[in-house]
Amino acid sequence: MLFSLGLLGVIMRRNLLVMYMSLELMLNAANLALVSFSRFNNKLDGQVLVFFIITVAAAEVAVGLALIVALYRKRQSAHVEDLTSMKL
Amino acid sequence: MKNELFPWLILFLPLLSAAVIALFFLRNKAVSSLISIGAVVAGFVMTCLFVTANGIHFSGESSVNWLTIGGLHVDFGLKLDALSMMMLFVVTGVGGLIHIYSYGYMHEDESMPRFFACLSLFTFSMLGIVLSNNFLMMFIFWELVGVSSYLLIGFWFEKPSAGDAAKKAFITNRLGDFGFLFGILMVWGLLGSLSFSTLQSALAANPAALGCCATLAGLLIFCGAMGKSAQFPLHVWLPDAMEGPTPVSALIHAATMVAAGVYMLCRTLFLFNPESLHVIAYIGGFTALLAALMAVQQNDIKRIIAYSTLSQLGYMVMTVGLNGPTPAMFHLTTHAFFKALLFLAAGSVIVGMHHEQDIWQMGNLRKKMPITFLTFTIGTLALCGVPPFSGFYSKDAILAQCLEQKNFLLFGVGAFVAALTTFYTFRLFFVVFFGKEKSDHAKHAHESPLVMTLPLIALAVFSFAGGFIGITNNYGSQLTPDHEMLSVLQQALEPLSNKLAMFCGLGAVAVGFFLAKSLYGNAASDPLPAKLGDLATAMKNKFYFDEFYAATFIRAHDFLAAVADWIDRWILEGAIIGAIRGGTDLSGRALRLAQTGSLQTYAFLFVLGVALLLYFVLGK
Repeated sequence: MLFSLGLLGVIMRRNLLVMYMSLELMLNAANLALVSFSRFNNKLDGQVLVFFIITVAAAEVAVGLALIVALYRKRQSAHVEDLTSMKL
Repeated sequence: MKNELFPWLILFLPLLSAAVIALFFLRNKAVSSLISIGAVVAGFVMTCLFVTANGIHFSGESSVNWLTIGGLHVDFGLKLDALSMMMLFVVTGVGGLIHIYSYGYMHEDESMPRFFACLSLFTFSMLGIVLSNNFLMMFIFWELVGVSSYLLIGFWFEKPSAGDAAKKAFITNRLGDFGFLFGILMVWGLLGSLSFSTLQSALAANPAALGCCATLAGLLIFCGAMGKSAQFPLHVWLPDAMEGPTPVSALIHAATMVAAGVYMLCRTLFLFNPESLHVIAYIGGFTALLAALMAVQQNDIKRIIAYSTLSQLGYMVMTVGLNGPTPAMFHLTTHAFFKALLFLAAGSVIVGMHHEQDIWQMGNLRKKMPITFLTFTIGTLALCGVPPFSGFYSKDAILAQCLEQKNFLLFGVGAFVAALTTFYTFRLFFVVFFGKEKSDHAKHAHESPLVMTLPLIALAVFSFAGGFIGITNNYGSQLTPDHEMLSVLQQALEPLSNKLAMFCGLGAVAVGFFLAKSLYGNAASDPLPAKLGDLATAMKNKFYFDEFYAATFIRAHDFLAAVADWIDRWILEGAIIGAIRGGTDLSGRALRLAQTGSLQTYAFLFVLGVALLLYFVLGK
């Protein structure tokens, strides 16, 4: 449910920041699922993996936010409709 | 062998000189000419020393292994025998005189250093041909000679005609060399060696070694000589080559390079069977006749001498074909003397006439240019074969060879050509030096400086005495098995041994002379066209060979080139390359429509893809 909310957010929302938050939502949904399965199966593998995901996500957030800030400075906008310069 | 280093030095000094001039002295006229002249003269001196140390009747080889590919061993070697040493004398001796003459002739030209660099390169290549002891090495120098000839014919490249003439000479020579290369490969394939001495001993041991290909191989090798020595049907380049400076015409297109073909035939005579020699003889005879007829109606002083060269080369080739290498080489040597002399004297006339070459603009130059006149006279008498000048002896030897081989047709051709030669040479002689001055230039003509007249005098001495200073002895000792040494007096009286040949030769000279005297003794314009009509026009236009080649070979070649161009343009480039390029372009354009550039679309498609994948992986 949480994952689907995040997915919808990425697909529907037009603001890069909000899309970004939705991405995080999806990551956290995955984390939640891993923790629950780990509890359900009585194994610690899932919880260990969650720690890795949180670490990587932190790094990813730093890079992603920096990119968004840089993009905003250049384009004065964080809306995806304005970011179609890859299309001829 | 004493002084073994000398031949190597003789060969490489001119190359060194060409390199030094090209690298360091392209701006310095005096130094460059001195280096170039020095290299040739040093070569001449060393040739003399070498021959005094070893004697002329000496035979040896000096070689280093050059390359080995599989079973093919090629030496870079020098063949030293009477034949090559006599040619060394001709190339360095006559060449040296022409180098010195060039210093005077080219004095006012801005690019004189370039001229001398090319001249040295030529000398190097020519010496290479003369000295080489195997076919491959000879072929390489053969091509080098072609290149330097190209450079020198096109020396005044700012004139379009000179550039065209250079290209024509080069391409025509290529045709001959193509056959030559095929011949060499054939000989190598059949006999497994390229070295002259190995080939000779192989053929001596087994005369049928070449089998059924003997005639073909001989004729292919003759193709090389046909190109270089300008034999019919590849004769067309030589007259045009006169666009080059006159010393070049004298050195390359009279004395040495064009003689290389004859030299090569004599060097490799053991390869030819009677059938191929027969063809060679008739081609030579036909060239001699054709060129002599063309010469009769030319008006450019250099072109007349050029056609005469063609005709004399035909003589030599004919003699080789009649199995007479000694008379052929004898004529080659005397011809080198007197034809170089004639060319240099003509150059002197051209300089005196302020670069006017039309003989009908000259006249009465004998008073203005006494030394040139005198030396030209000697050259003319030698060319016509008036006793006791050198040409008389060599031409007589050729006619005697025809009789000895019982080939009366070629004997008749020879005698007729001798008459024609006398006729056109004296036509030139009378029109240029006698009669009235036909233009203002002729009235103000002046004698050339000493640096130009001294080589003329030296060559005149040899043109006079070449017949009895032992040239036949030197060649004969190697080329004719039962040759006996003759003393000077015996040589001088040698023609008497075959009186028919001698009297026919002399009769031909007399007929030619009196015809020329009566027609041109005091003529202001050419009386011949009126008398001969169409024939004279045909002669003047060189029997329309250029036009014929332009209409057939060049047109066929143009057609082939157009077809190749069409295939390249429309099939290769248009259809094949165009289809690949167009296909890529089109699919790229089509695929581009799928790209919206919108992040959301991509994300949506991505999710769709994942969902599909999941469905296929897990759904089953």
